[in-house]
Amino acid sequence: MTLSSAVNGFLGAILGGLALGMAYGLIAVGYSLVFGILRLVNFAHGAIYALGAYGVFFLTSRGMGLLPALILAAPLSGLGAWAVEKWALAPLRRRGASGMAQLVTTVGVSFLVQNTLSAEAVFGSEKQVFPSLNAFGSVQVFGVTIQSSQIIMFLAAMGLLLALTWLVQGTRLGLAMRACAQNFRAARLVGIPVEAVVGLTFFLGGACAAIAGTLIGGYYQVISPTMGSLIGLKAFSAAVVGGIGVLHGAVAGGLVVGVGECLAAQYLGSNVRDPMAFVLLIAILLVRPRGLFGREGVEKV
Amino acid sequence: MIGRLEELCWRWRWCLGLLWLGIAASLPMWGLSRVQLRLILMIALYAMLGMGLDLLVGDTGLVSLGHAGFYALGAYGCALLQVRLGWSFWAALAGAGVLTAGVGLLLGLPSLRLSGSYLSIVTLGFGEIVQMVLRTWESLTGGNYGLRGIPRPTLFGLELTLANGGLPALALILATLTALFCRRLRRSAPGRALRAIRDDPLAAQMCGIPVPRWKIAAFVLSALITGLAGGFYSAVNGYLEPTNFPFNTSVVILSVVVIGGAGTVRGAVFGAALVQLLPQVFRGLEQWRFALYGLLLVLVMRFRPQGVLGWRSRVSYRLPGKEGQCTYPAKG
Repeated sequence: MTLSSAVNGFLGAILGGLALGMAYGLIAVGYSLVFGILRLVNFAHGAIYALGAYGVFFLTSRGMGLLPALILAAPLSGLGAWAVEKWALAPLRRRGASGMAQLVTTVGVSFLVQNTLSAEAVFGSEKQVFPSLNAFGSVQVFGVTIQSSQIIMFLAAMGLLLALTWLVQGTRLGLAMRACAQNFRAARLVGIPVEAVVGLTFFLGGACAAIAGTLIGGYYQVISPTMGSLIGLKAFSAAVVGGIGVLHGAVAGGLVVGVGECLAAQYLGSNVRDPMAFVLLIAILLVRPRGLFGREGVEKV
Repeated sequence: MIGRLEELCWRWRWCLGLLWLGIAASLPMWGLSRVQLRLILMIALYAMLGMGLDLLVGDTGLVSLGHAGFYALGAYGCALLQVRLGWSFWAALAGAGVLTAGVGLLLGLPSLRLSGSYLSIVTLGFGEIVQMVLRTWESLTGGNYGLRGIPRPTLFGLELTLANGGLPALALILATLTALFCRRLRRSAPGRALRAIRDDPLAAQMCGIPVPRWKIAAFVLSALITGLAGGFYSAVNGYLEPTNFPFNTSVVILSVVVIGGAGTVRGAVFGAALVQLLPQVFRGLEQWRFALYGLLLVLVMRFRPQGVLGWRSRVSYRLPGKEGQCTYPAKG
């Protein structure tokens, strides 16, 4: 291998990792926002991600364009996440059920959604071909091939993340969300409609996950009912690596995990690709339990 | 009513135990069909898996989502010791137990720094990593092609199989031993220490309970039981591949614990019977089976979070020491 091809391979892995990592970040914010408020890992999040991708798949297979399908499917998936919160989690909270009960509920929801999708009467458990995101071919930059799907994925995810950051940092709704994350009970006492805020947080996370599902589905051009379980875990690892409960931490974590796994695939073999996120997770947790950008004193419940 | 029944069972436990032993030992003579025998075996196996996980979830309050990893380690460990090193089944089973207990010790270490959701995610990662190792290490495990030719266990020269009822009887015996162990543990000082840690780790520490040591002990015991169940499973199947131990298995084991009632033996047995019998009952709904598990988990958590058979025990509780018998507050 010549030096230039080695450099190109390295750069290719980095760029691919950044694009993928941005999409991971988009999923990770869903985990991060929910965890920030409820101290709960929402295992149903990966299933919502798959649900969003399947929604888009269903609409495009009925002849709709990719973008209109996404505009329709993303809020619907958000609504799905909201419904999970409303009907399965909120009643548990009202009764003061343990964190374990909530965790098991989200696992159950994820199981329910995934296996409903994979039932023969719905979509079947086989992989489906997803419309390609690679609309404009690929470009060569300094000898490195960049697919337009990677650029689209990177830009779309970044735009959404910027919008989310504005929402959380610059609006009254964001203020209410941050208040809930800081102290749920005090937020309720000063008159913030906390249940509505939690519901909206689930909605936002679900919609973002659906968009990420479409981006990643279009990037690999294949979707399956269980696509969400592994990616969901990776995104959660990303959220923890970056510092859970912190918005820019989720993005940074996503990029770290994305680049890490692409480099691992490039240099250690494709078998190492998927577990890389967990290796990073465990390593970061051992060295810096708060994550890269985690605040001091975030209680781990 | 239920409390009265439980008290009666407790009073006659020796008679019931003997009766149960008779049933288990005479199983081969009942003339059951292979399907029925296999069902009994799988219920016993999953009851054992459930009781193993229950030591973590129900007693210590640590939710593991990676028990399929221990299950796989036990199965592969037991099978490889027999196939590659020529050990007998019983020695290999013990070896597999030691192996998984050791890994449980290692996985227990993060539980000292992490709790709740974080720990669940690490155990989940553990399950995935075990699967990856099984796939990748082809020279040892056979990778995706699987591991074939695992011999059946023999007892006094008699080969135990499904058809002659030996394996189901063995499954019942193993599950019974596990149940007795769990029961004994829960009524002992270590069991109380675990429950104290579950309810409030800080208060437990203040009471002088060495929390880190007991957390790790819970992990080791749980891994040990799960590993033994895995070793037994390898003997039943005679063939192993990494796809036998997906994340779904971890969730099914967790639902065994949670649906029946965490922290109780009866709950694990009920849960195991349920997850094994449901697919038989809903045979026409085969494709919806796993979706149904998910729905069940959600519904049980929503309407009966303590589990279907979860209630506070009314059997008088004998504390150690000279005070003699004292009764726990009898509340429904």
